[in-house]
Amino acid sequence: MGIANSVLEAVRTEMGLHPGTYPCKVGVRIGEMAAIDQDALRFCFEAIIQETNLASLELGIEVCPRRHRCQVCGREFVVRNYDSRCPQCTSLETTCISGDELELAYLEVEEYGSSTVGAKSTE
Amino acid sequence: MDRVPLERKVLSENDRIAAELRTQFQEHGVLCLNLISSPGSGKTSLLERTLEALPARDRVAVLTGDIQTENDANRLKRFHFPVKQITTGGTCHLDARMIERHLADWRLEDLDLLFIENVGNLVCPSSYDLGEAAKVVVLSVTEGEDKPLKYPSIFFKSDLLVLNKIDLLPYVPFDIAAAAENARKVHPGMEIVKVSCLTGNGLHEWMMWLGERRRAHKALLQKTAS
Repeated sequence: MGIANSVLEAVRTEMGLHPGTYPCKVGVRIGEMAAIDQDALRFCFEAIIQETNLASLELGIEVCPRRHRCQVCGREFVVRNYDSRCPQCTSLETTCISGDELELAYLEVEEYGSSTVGAKSTE
Repeated sequence: MDRVPLERKVLSENDRIAAELRTQFQEHGVLCLNLISSPGSGKTSLLERTLEALPARDRVAVLTGDIQTENDANRLKRFHFPVKQITTGGTCHLDARMIERHLADWRLEDLDLLFIENVGNLVCPSSYDLGEAAKVVVLSVTEGEDKPLKYPSIFFKSDLLVLNKIDLLPYVPFDIAAAAENARKVHPGMEIVKVSCLTGNGLHEWMMWLGERRRAHKALLQKTAS
């Protein structure tokens, strides 16, 4: 719920920079190691926007896999089933380079009075 | 339709305060550790045994978080170190603002070591940076050895795993080797200490880890200062 609130707050802050428009969709990036359950976030987000002027705001979630870089051969790879062994040289000396994202990626805004007012983004 | 790139952390406000706290901790030479576990794994017991073992002249303080009650602070106050309870009133984790607020009337220059005992929860506390130097996750042997795989984030982000309640190993079907293996699948090379806060078994290893961390922190600060 705290995360959903932070996303909504960020949207409100950002909207201050875009007068004459309204937000249609906010995109977030969540790493699989970020301890965020997509469904729970979506549920909380929809609950908190209900009684606001942003009730039609859509939430886009992009899930980012855990990626490691091999310290021996430099190969970057996606870690599956917690197997962090380098698929190229089999070294276990690999370090995590991404996968714990909890980021705001983008905001889609529409100008008031345009033809698609009230329509949800189809992306 | 315009797409505006945002490209910032969702918890950027929390992270901003946490970064300020981290700078203050560094400036005043305070090692801050954030203890996280599910409810009842033994964070408070570990702190009791730790405070009991530390010399009275040590400059140590504890912030302890719970949704309700002052029970934990009351348990920890008898060791005569400064202790403050943070009651979140419903929030399932501590955030950096709560830490900032509760530290306001403590002088950081009087401290060398600050423990933050988070709200019992293996999920949300892992998302909120509190400005700590390290997170420590506590798992007890009554919880099941697959917890690191079910809740990978906190094991991934913690420097140390404290496996507690090992006195119960004869009575519960807990495979300690599998637990360690699972933790290291999520966090290769993770340090692990096995303790019983009830019998005191293994606490020496925890105190060694803590002492080593304090020495390393001090050395780092001296290096930065010179």
